[in-house]
Amino acid sequence: MTTGILAFGAYIPRKRLSRAAIYAANAWFAPGLKGLAKGERAIGDWDEDAITMAVEAARDALTGFDRSKVAGTILASTTFPFADRQNAGLVKEALTLSDESATMDVGGSMRAATTALTQALRAADGRPQLCVASDMRKSRPASEAELLNGDSAAAVLVGEGPVVARFLGSHAVSVDFVDHYRASGTDFDYGWESRWIRDEGYHGVLVDALKGGMAALGTDAQSVDRLIIPVVMRGAAASIARKAGFRDEAVADGLLTQVGDGGASHPLLMLVSALEAAAPGEKILLVGFGQGVDMILLEATDALRELPPRRGVAGSIARRSADDNYLRWLFHRGQLDLERGMRAESDLKQPATALWRERRGVMGLVGGRCTVTGTVQFPKTEISVSHNEHARFTQEDYPLADRRARVVTYTADALTYTPAPPLYYGLIDFEGGGRMKVEFADVEEGDVEVGRELEMVFRVRAVDERRNFKRYFWKAAPVAAEA
Amino acid sequence: MASGIKDKVAILGMGCAKFGERWDKDAGQLMVEAFDEALVDAGIDSSQIDAAWLGVAYDGVSLGPSGIPMSFALRLPNIGVTKVENYCASGTESFRGAVYAVASGAADIALAMGVEKLKDTGYGGLPIRTLGTNLDMIGVEGSGPGNFAQLASAYRSVHGVSKDDLKRAMAHVSVKSHANGLKNPKAHLRSAISIDQVLNAPMIAEPLGLFDCCGVSDGAACAIVTTPEIARALGKKDLVTVKALQISSSNGWEQQQAGGWNGSYFHTTRIAAARAYEEAGVTNPREQISMTEVHDCFSITELVTMEDLFLSKEGRAWRDVLDGVFDADGAVPCQIDGGLKCFGHPIGASGLRMLYENYLQLLGRAGDRQLQKPPSLALSHNLGGQPSENVSAVAIVGLADA
Repeated sequence: MTTGILAFGAYIPRKRLSRAAIYAANAWFAPGLKGLAKGERAIGDWDEDAITMAVEAARDALTGFDRSKVAGTILASTTFPFADRQNAGLVKEALTLSDESATMDVGGSMRAATTALTQALRAADGRPQLCVASDMRKSRPASEAELLNGDSAAAVLVGEGPVVARFLGSHAVSVDFVDHYRASGTDFDYGWESRWIRDEGYHGVLVDALKGGMAALGTDAQSVDRLIIPVVMRGAAASIARKAGFRDEAVADGLLTQVGDGGASHPLLMLVSALEAAAPGEKILLVGFGQGVDMILLEATDALRELPPRRGVAGSIARRSADDNYLRWLFHRGQLDLERGMRAESDLKQPATALWRERRGVMGLVGGRCTVTGTVQFPKTEISVSHNEHARFTQEDYPLADRRARVVTYTADALTYTPAPPLYYGLIDFEGGGRMKVEFADVEEGDVEVGRELEMVFRVRAVDERRNFKRYFWKAAPVAAEA
Repeated sequence: MASGIKDKVAILGMGCAKFGERWDKDAGQLMVEAFDEALVDAGIDSSQIDAAWLGVAYDGVSLGPSGIPMSFALRLPNIGVTKVENYCASGTESFRGAVYAVASGAADIALAMGVEKLKDTGYGGLPIRTLGTNLDMIGVEGSGPGNFAQLASAYRSVHGVSKDDLKRAMAHVSVKSHANGLKNPKAHLRSAISIDQVLNAPMIAEPLGLFDCCGVSDGAACAIVTTPEIARALGKKDLVTVKALQISSSNGWEQQQAGGWNGSYFHTTRIAAARAYEEAGVTNPREQISMTEVHDCFSITELVTMEDLFLSKEGRAWRDVLDGVFDADGAVPCQIDGGLKCFGHPIGASGLRMLYENYLQLLGRAGDRQLQKPPSLALSHNLGGQPSENVSAVAIVGLADA
């Protein structure tokens, strides 16, 4: 059997913050940033983080795929919401994957995703495994990182069978080259001079590794059709490619203008973008850089043409909402302490007992379907809600997360505390049955009305700031108009 | 079939504190204010009370757990004091306890009290509280206005009413209540407002603006009930008796798609109203009900409630409102005391406050706001929760001989 990538998916938050808006707020202090103030960067909403973005990317990757076959989930990130509570485990619950599947977090480097993918490809035993990368890095106001970074997630399904990209081999180099670092428990990177990073890191460590890697893989650099170097410094990818002997036209676009540097997610995001454009037979070299270099050589196959349509990177970029509210973003990332009022003071303690009991409903949005009446409901209960027959203990699991819904009633509530007022919510009906009262996400003013079509998205519901616990649940987002 | 409550219980006396931002009084003192008025009205002293019920919705801020705080405040004679909570319908729920005690013969004289002390929270609107362990994980922590505002979105869609038309009808509801509240010395808000003020007010929860919402108040109201026979023996001549008392609670039907609820009305109110009319022998409510006090927590709630009480045809209430049917000089005056909107909404007290107004109007004791046409049957509608899950209470009181 052929080992490789069976499917892929991506998620980029729809909000794109104008870099000019970031620069305008900070120009008085850091006028030298002007050169970076072009285009826009993706920013997560207040209720998004590395876990929620990972879930959305994984759902995209699993489009049309039988989830019961997924044997494992690896999550790569440097911004895990939890240090000790497996983040990949939350992703697995949200995806309603089998309890009898493996999960693993991989972090600690910008190479996390390529290292995770290498391991998944090398360990492939015929059972599909999800490899997800997601990062939402914080950056100090008026820093270069603030302008260059962009929140994103990407996922690939690794396994054997009708792969869309065949695994040809991998190579790794590990050296403690500290271009930047972030200490445990802190928010911000500390980076060294970019000229040194370019000369010694990119043109030194990285170019050398590429040359050595191609030799080890027995491949001519000129034969590579798509070279993915997740380095956003202007001109760097091209000069690295040239010095390492690759063709100029093979260098993949770094997605800087529309998205920004995703951090640990960026290699996979660029890979997904490359796969979307690749023709069967093309060779793709995926590179990861961070205290060394990972290289993964792939070859696109005819199966690309059979893959069901998905959002991917192209769809994610198109699903865009322009934003120039820099202060709101700082507040949403916890970097601006707005007066939130007494209504924000409630205690949001989550009983662990109840979360465990209700985890299928809360994390997976699994409702119930009465086997006698066929009535669908959320949440699942012992006595059916059906008014025709209150049948007892007849409900089977009924996942609702991937079903579209429509608005029955709604409001835009300016009184309830929310980090993004007004709070939109309402009653919704799912296609095929089931109804729930739910918060809405990603609502543009004027774009909600009775009957509006919705899709469910996994989001942060509330944050218990006293105990540093995040509560997650599903929200309903208006389905974007077809492009 | 149960024989019902009609004419089995009479109101011996009632009292109501001044509603408002009562910075000067705590919940116990507000109860004393209402209780002393009721004792004088009833012509008894507290030693004659056999049992008591207390309705309060936010015991955390109002007065703490159990019925003991009322027993302490009123120095009741070591009788059983039962505290009840049923959202904003807690006042009528308290009344139900006392009425049932008398009707059963277990008590000769019973007290129903409702109280709420909300202005110790530090902010406007209702106190923020947990939805319960499970709903805190999967529910929506919407505000009162947000929950009820959704009626408007569905009502517009179901009945094909434009945003502007419905907003104007809702504005008429509030303007009417302010005009009525102006004449009520115990009301929290006593100021007239214009349609334009309502239409141009800041948005609270679309489409409800500031004047589409009642505020929250401190206050207490109470009723002392007994049998008609004991009331007459105590010297009462004009008796107001309970004609019907019905409470209906949601069981989730509204939240299942297959049920067909469209979000534009109160399923429970229709059930409670139908049962109450049957209990009271009312066959044509628009003709037979003299006046109503309904749960106008928001203008849209009052508007759709006119349909749910069968006073307007379905989809027609917005026109009836604009036509003045429920104005002070209309066919079925509504909120003649200012309603929740202006009298105020101390949650646990509101159901009893409505009964207080109906009682005064029936006895011709409502002062400047006394209806010109003497009422004979008065309805109160006290609702708790939100449109998709709620408890709806309908009480009809009337002159004993009506």
